[in-house]
Amino acid sequence: MPAVTTEADTSAVDAPAGAPAVRIAHVHKSFGRPGARTHVLDDITLDVAPGEFVTLLGASGCGKSTLLNLVAGLDRPSAGTIEVAGGRPALMFQEHALFPWLTAGRNIELALRLAGVPRPERRAEAERLLELVRLGGSYGKRVHELSGGMRQRVAMARALAQGSKVLLMDEPFAALDAITRDVLHDEITRIWAERQLSVLFVTHNVREAVRLAQRVVLLSSRPGRVARQWLIDLPQPRRIESSGVADLSIEITEELRGEIRRHVQH
Amino acid sequence: MSSTDTAPARTGGDSADVGAGLDALDAVSAQRSSLGEVLRTKALPPLIGVVVVLALWQGAYSLHLTSSYKLPSPLDVWHSLQDLWYQGTLFSIIWTSVWRGLSGFLLAVAIGTPIGLVVARVRPVRTAIGPVLQGLQSLPSVAWVPAAVIWLGINDSMMYAVILLGAVPSIANGLVAGIDQVPPLFLRAGRTIGATGLAGARHVLIPAALPGYLAGLKQGWAFSWRSLMAAELVASSPDLGRGLGRFLEDQREFSDMSGVLLGIILILFVGIAIELLVFTPIERRVLRNRGLLAATR
Ligand SMILES: Nc1ncnc2c1ncn2[C@@H]1O[C@H](COP(=O)(O)OP(=O)(O)OP(=O)(O)O)[C@@H](O)[C@H]1O
Ligand SMILES: [Mg+2]
Repeated sequence: MPAVTTEADTSAVDAPAGAPAVRIAHVHKSFGRPGARTHVLDDITLDVAPGEFVTLLGASGCGKSTLLNLVAGLDRPSAGTIEVAGGRPALMFQEHALFPWLTAGRNIELALRLAGVPRPERRAEAERLLELVRLGGSYGKRVHELSGGMRQRVAMARALAQGSKVLLMDEPFAALDAITRDVLHDEITRIWAERQLSVLFVTHNVREAVRLAQRVVLLSSRPGRVARQWLIDLPQPRRIESSGVADLSIEITEELRGEIRRHVQH
Repeated sequence: MSSTDTAPARTGGDSADVGAGLDALDAVSAQRSSLGEVLRTKALPPLIGVVVVLALWQGAYSLHLTSSYKLPSPLDVWHSLQDLWYQGTLFSIIWTSVWRGLSGFLLAVAIGTPIGLVVARVRPVRTAIGPVLQGLQSLPSVAWVPAAVIWLGINDSMMYAVILLGAVPSIANGLVAGIDQVPPLFLRAGRTIGATGLAGARHVLIPAALPGYLAGLKQGWAFSWRSLMAAELVASSPDLGRGLGRFLEDQREFSDMSGVLLGIILILFVGIAIELLVFTPIERRVLRNRGLLAATR
């Protein structure tokens, strides 16, 4: 069985059957005043199937965060439609974005409260979510008392507290050291499988994209388009240093370089 | 390539152990310093400062740098304090001023907070009165006293008017600055977890703006106290309770220099005491909770 399927023609990659968890259809996004507009996203069409793990890969400034913000509802597309099954998706930022005036547990409880969880259940649910990210006993910790990796895990617990089956992640591990990131890759893979989440994960780290995803989507730059997709068939849990991940990473990196070079020649 | 050339998958336990090890390495352990250390590092330096000032003062007095009616000795001032104590008026004088100052300050908070919120969040209002509000901060509130006397007469309302004119702008400006400094990331994070509109203001905007707001409140208190002393100094009427400013002016009329110095010291003392007893603990607590205060060691 081949471990990897690559498809040069994006439309040839069929999403699994059933209504998608995220449907991005012909989305355009421009910034700036009329006359001096920069076209950042150009006709992006992309579905994430329920339970699918998709990583979005692209050079810096190609519009990955812009796309994620659109899906999260923090901004509106200039044209096109975005549908997310089950309402507002959860979003994790590159920075943990935890509120420093609340303890770790209280940060999670605030998300539970805003999601409509009744007060008597919140405390127990927050403790349960902390257990899930292996931070049981950290309920009363202040944000500044946690390490970078612990903060991202609390942020993950807070995102899960929203109760959405769709999780958007914008380079959530980019600021972490390699070993911590490795541990968190295992964590997110485990939680994704346990909770059957649909994940759209942005990164510019090719190996990370291959380590995590069932499908890697490469965006081109200026304007951002879906350049190519890879279905990844390696069994989970994978190791980022394994040869399967490495081989495919080399191939995708070559493609990414080509994308960037093509841009320079213009 | 095929799936067989992936390295054997690690067990979950291995990764969890690595994670736990990292957590243990990274965890911050807060150390509390002992009482003796706190006294030595926090209380001793100001005490030494006071002793040095007293020594210089006593030295200047002993050397007869100027006539003793212009510069009484520390002991003379101490005797003035004792006199006030035995007359039984010391606390009523202090209390009259403190009561006016604190109630005027609370009124200023009640008025300045909504003004600050509106100026920070409503753009046209900000363009219209934002600069005026900032300018008012640099206007010494004693400048308002003559106007307040003409408008309101010499009574308590006039005192409160002067306090408000002095303190409201700094409280409002503090809140505006606090809101301006809220990192946009917090607002976006709040929106993604559903904190929009009023819930957003309550759960994200206001707590995030708290440090700036507290700084404004602290300055607001300093301005309230200053404004009140100016008003008490200028406004004299038998109907008015006798506060510290009035006491100071009375001593001047009696040409009692040690009484004047006592008045100045009491005004300074009360202002500092309220700041240390009320504002500093609140501010320290807020900053410490957010990790914005270096741990005391
Ligand atoms: N609010 C905005 N106004 C104007 N231009 C913007 C705005 N937001 C993003 N852009 C532009 O859109 C482009 C894409 O930005 P975006 O942050 O989405 O990139 P990215 O792919 O996430 O990059 P990185 O990997 O560095 O995070 C950039 O050129 C940026 O300058
Ligand atoms: Mg980005």
